[in-house]
Amino acid sequence: MPSREEILEKVQATLVDALGVDEDEVKGDAMLIGDLGAESIDFLDIVFRLEKNFGIKIPRGDLFPENLLSDPQFVAAGKVTEKGLQELRTRMPWADLDRLGENPNVQDLFTVNMIVNYVTTKLGANSK
Amino acid sequence: MRWIWIDRFVEFQSGRFARAIKNVSMAEEQLRDHFPCYPVMPGSLVIEGMAQTGGILAGEANHFRDLVVLAKISRVTFHNCALPGDQLVYEATLVDLRPEGSVVEARATVNGRPLAEAEIVFGHVDRTQGDAEPSRYAAFKQEMMQMLGVPQRLPQPAAAGAGMEPGGHPVHA
Repeated sequence: MPSREEILEKVQATLVDALGVDEDEVKGDAMLIGDLGAESIDFLDIVFRLEKNFGIKIPRGDLFPENLLSDPQFVAAGKVTEKGLQELRTRMPWADLDRLGENPNVQDLFTVNMIVNYVTTKLGANSK
Repeated sequence: MRWIWIDRFVEFQSGRFARAIKNVSMAEEQLRDHFPCYPVMPGSLVIEGMAQTGGILAGEANHFRDLVVLAKISRVTFHNCALPGDQLVYEATLVDLRPEGSVVEARATVNGRPLAEAEIVFGHVDRTQGDAEPSRYAAFKQEMMQMLGVPQRLPQPAAAGAGMEPGGHPVHA
């Protein structure tokens, strides 16, 4: 099982390839959409590359749950609703929901650290 | 004008690899302005040719259940220019295939000389979704494949496992 630092480095390399950004832009708290300019189709590319680079299988909608986030009861006017936050705590335990604060913009949900947490969870499950 | 930038498939291995050709003609409209005194096949249309080769390969692998749309060119490198009279050979290898998308490694050559290489990501759009109206997308469709002669007109490749229908059944031409 690689260390968190090793996972972060590999995630950074993955995002550099997928998004065409510089490595020093890919900090742990960087937001994929707001800071790194990711678009929805980039999420598919990121999933492909993570699977390849880490040798893991990422089920559809697991890392980036597009169905959940397009559901109006969970996301309204670009903000995660209270019900949405509850759902995300169950469905995305690797996401740092507390950082969203009182203005839970759905775009801020996806960060580099979120991906690192997700990969760590997957690799931990695989190593058991 | 038809938005088709390959002339014919010359090899098609279901779910794995496709090779297509495109003959560049001075009569083609795009060469009139690109460029007026020095006609060169636009790089964007070379990318489109690689994407059509790979998009049909990806679509066929999923039995054309979903609409296959060009989502992203992750990487592209040009080595040279294609001129009127050149025959472009497009080769596409399917490197990843999932229900929601696929990735193709593609290359274009002229007389064995490298012209371009690209990594192309396709999105697969569910035809039953409300926003999946086919006319909204430049999708790679089964009709294009039939028009371009797959699989009926193709010679059967000699390699083991080649010339397969979706699902791995041998093609009977």
